[in-house]
Amino acid sequence: MNRIELADQYGLRRVGARPGVWSYLKQTWERRDFISTMAMYRMSVENQQNRLGAFWLILRPALNALIYGVIFGVLQGNNRPAEYTAYVVIGVFMFSFFSGCFGQGAKAITGNRGLVQSLSFPRLSLPLATVVEEFLSLLLSMVAMFAILIFAGHYPTWKWLLLIPLLLLYSMFNTGVALVTARLTVHFRDLTQILPVISRLLFYTSGVLFDVSKIFKSHPWVIQLYDWHPVYQVLVIARYSLMSDSATEVNLTYNPMFWAYLSGWAVVALVIGFLFFWSAEERYGRE
Amino acid sequence: MDVNERKPVVVVDDVHVEYKVYASGKAYRPNAKTRVRKTRGLRVVHALKGVSFVAYENESIGVIGTNGSGKSTLMRAMVGLTPPSAGGVYASSRPNLLGVGAALLPELSGERNIVLGGLALGFHKDEITELRDHIVEFSELKDFIDLPMRTYSSGMQARLKFAIAASKQHDILIVDEALSVGDKRFRQRSEDRIREIRDNAGTVFLVSHSMGSIRDTCDRVIWLEKGELVMDGPTEEVVDTYEATR
Repeated sequence: MNRIELADQYGLRRVGARPGVWSYLKQTWERRDFISTMAMYRMSVENQQNRLGAFWLILRPALNALIYGVIFGVLQGNNRPAEYTAYVVIGVFMFSFFSGCFGQGAKAITGNRGLVQSLSFPRLSLPLATVVEEFLSLLLSMVAMFAILIFAGHYPTWKWLLLIPLLLLYSMFNTGVALVTARLTVHFRDLTQILPVISRLLFYTSGVLFDVSKIFKSHPWVIQLYDWHPVYQVLVIARYSLMSDSATEVNLTYNPMFWAYLSGWAVVALVIGFLFFWSAEERYGRE
Repeated sequence: MDVNERKPVVVVDDVHVEYKVYASGKAYRPNAKTRVRKTRGLRVVHALKGVSFVAYENESIGVIGTNGSGKSTLMRAMVGLTPPSAGGVYASSRPNLLGVGAALLPELSGERNIVLGGLALGFHKDEITELRDHIVEFSELKDFIDLPMRTYSSGMQARLKFAIAASKQHDILIVDEALSVGDKRFRQRSEDRIREIRDNAGTVFLVSHSMGSIRDTCDRVIWLEKGELVMDGPTEEVVDTYEATR
């Protein structure tokens, strides 16, 4: 009997073949404690060397919002969006969730080489842990965001609850993004240099700091293009639900159809991201 | 023992591994999909030239050979980290490779590495507490367990990694020189643990340059030289022949 027949007879399987989608998902689900613990540990270790500790999670986006707000406020002059403070704060705080998943997701595999090469477990857990970590820091920083909003005269209304389905869709979308960047940097290490640039580019084009419908008034086709911009849609919906009715002008760009578009984006990004990441499962940790 | 009665767990069938390496030092991985241009600087290193063997349940197999003989390449091919360019490896479950190398999560404390390592291996949250005390005790790192793992010496890192990985009953465990950096006491106890894993229906591969460890723990030895299998048989026989050639 030759060796392959022997292997066959005893049900031995070829090493390196990746598991099927369902068993992969099941294995990952069994690692849910790993994912949440990893996210929590990483959050605490990141800030433990700073005197202000986790307070930086709030302070960093607040300072960003302050700087960008002042600079772009001066530059835009009369084109400034109405209720500018709330506009910028919501934009900067909400965008940081996307940029975090985009940038840190890229390091999920390459930054954990020791772990990947020593223990075998579904690698999907690592980018998922990154998304959970970013989500937790968003929740924490949202406390500050709410405080600033109330301070600026936007008191809580029932519409604030729209944030819950919005965050669900946003998380799905960002998970897909993190899975894609996690795999891409494994193949092309150079991407770690380019991704921050792309992230910055998206920051300036997502309408974080300016009102798209005002700035591109004379180019309606650009505004139409923004109907296809998922992060922009997240920001518009967030502003619609958080800023009270006094800012009717802001709400003009809101379109209920954005929910449908965004849902589409979220599902597509998640499915494509997952399949893209899963199909290279055998290759992580080889480099 | 009758060969047919034993259950094979790993079948290595005529495995070849080639590394394409630029002489300038730029390496091409064998699995890269990009077509390799014919450059004068390109060299093909034939790291494994058709290695075959069958490993059975309850065996502990020593792997010996000089530096660069292909031992680590064979082990990496067995866990799927390096895909063979020809032939194949078949296993009853995915083998675990424990090698020397980086800390698991360098920034986190030893204790948190234990928790995360245990969870990654599939232990339940409730099991971790018990497991943690056991691992701390085994690795003898009680005084340092709250320090970040990057501050550990290579011996301490290896001890902790071995203790975490060995806390689970593996079907197939490959230990690639991971014990050589530990001190004598630790080596003794890890050898005991390896025997324990083997006795519980596991199969262990031990790559080592220490013939003492090999004689103490292995009942079968594979001797590689320049990517070829020179000898495969009972420990005493192979090790004696190996030592005679040096």
